[in-house]
Amino acid sequence: MTLPDGSPSLNRRHIVAGVAGMGLSVVLRPAAAQANELAAAVAAYTQGAPVRAGKVKLDVAELVDNGNVVPITVTAESPMTVADHVKTIAIFNEKNPQRDVARFTLGPRAGKASVTTRIRLATSQQLVAIAQMSDGSYWSHTVNVIVTLAACIEGDP
Amino acid sequence: MARTLINAPTTAKRGDVIEIRATIGHPMETGFRPGEDGKTLPRNIIQRFSCKYDGETVFSAELFSAVSANPYIAFHTVATDSGTLVLSWEGDNGFAQSESISLTVTA
Amino acid sequence: MTRIACLLSLLAFVLAGLAGAQTAPPKDSRRSGYDFMGASTQAMQKDDTLNPGMLWVKEGEVLWNQPAGASGKACASCHASAQSSMRGVAARYPAFDTTLGRPLALSQRINQCRQQHQQAAPLRAESQELLSLESFVALQSRGLPMAPPDDARLAPFRQRGEQLFTQRIGQLNLSCAQCHDGLAGGRLASSVIPQAHPTGYPVYRLEWQAMGSLQRRLRGCMSGVRAEPFAYGAQELVELELYLNARAKGMPLESPGVRP
Repeated sequence: MTLPDGSPSLNRRHIVAGVAGMGLSVVLRPAAAQANELAAAVAAYTQGAPVRAGKVKLDVAELVDNGNVVPITVTAESPMTVADHVKTIAIFNEKNPQRDVARFTLGPRAGKASVTTRIRLATSQQLVAIAQMSDGSYWSHTVNVIVTLAACIEGDP
Repeated sequence: MARTLINAPTTAKRGDVIEIRATIGHPMETGFRPGEDGKTLPRNIIQRFSCKYDGETVFSAELFSAVSANPYIAFHTVATDSGTLVLSWEGDNGFAQSESISLTVTA
Repeated sequence: MTRIACLLSLLAFVLAGLAGAQTAPPKDSRRSGYDFMGASTQAMQKDDTLNPGMLWVKEGEVLWNQPAGASGKACASCHASAQSSMRGVAARYPAFDTTLGRPLALSQRINQCRQQHQQAAPLRAESQELLSLESFVALQSRGLPMAPPDDARLAPFRQRGEQLFTQRIGQLNLSCAQCHDGLAGGRLASSVIPQAHPTGYPVYRLEWQAMGSLQRRLRGCMSGVRAEPFAYGAQELVELELYLNARAKGMPLESPGVRP
């Protein structure tokens, strides 16, 4: 939340602004609006094709130590041959300022459909991983992640 | 030049699936965060990552603001022939960096 | 430990002895912050290929070998291989500086070396370069027990550190001891309260998404109780570190650590 470039003294406005800066907008948005956005983001990725649950596993801690750095691993069942492989994996979130998290392009040369990265989650929310297979099918796994703000919000470092 | 940490085997048997772990030092400024003056800090993130194995892209990623600072990506590729793997990162403000690693593949 | 807790454990020990049974020495109830973290954060620290702090360590190694200042000398020019010359150093800092007549933290010692022996400008507190050098030096003590020096000259400073640790500060009127001695293992909001042993510094803190020093962390805590934080390099921060290290004596150093 803070960068080590700045005056050392406390700035109250920065602390207040810093809370908002965690990614939560000051104006509360209705949950329905965000759920629609998530559905829209997924639909844009699949170009309207149906998404089925299964074949993909999104590994993430249920209760994270800190929402700024959340390790996630997405694994998809696939022989990863030229005939049958994972083409892309996309990750979407429900309540960050932006739905997209990351998109990965794999292919038969990947050998194994498994990707790991670290992401930011602004608050407790759903996280969705979707795999696009070479046969045009889409598979997903949704996880509910609990994220809490740090107990003490610091001023400038 | 940003700092990088790349971990990959230097040798493999043909057909082995190897794992590559890559970290790069970068703030990944989201573009949603206010600065000290209250104005939103402009976005400054790495947007694209790719791994080319002897010139062919074997893995790539599109990153968004939700990826943590000092982005870490671990992925896999099949050891086909001895050669060079080039990891490339590109992003806002003309950020572009490549690192090469060698892989010796035995039968 | 509070005086009451001390007396109780002493009483328990004496009673156990009186019972005539063969008792083991009192168990060390001290726990590193590592023990309070989730599995994925622990994995991030334990595996050097996952530890983001290694970005700073790697840069520190480059800086160690790089000539600096008017001298054109690198750290390596005098200290050769850090792996041997710096082994145990981070575990025994802060140490007393005879010329200045007070203790110096490791980062201050690095800057003193730069100025006196390299004729180079000191590095800014929390700068990437200073944290990198400090991380690289600290790595050379990884696994070694924290070993604050048995130097009588440090005593008054360490005592002041203990005083700072136990005094109430800030608008929230809390002392370090109230949470970190009295309530460790409990929760503040959803965060587990650790025992506050500085076993992993400099630390990659997930909250910062960056490497930071113990001084940065202490300043953060002071902000947390709404106290004006001591300035970087303040005597009080060095004294606190002295006390914390004595309190953590014998616990293995984990630098570069990862913490929530």
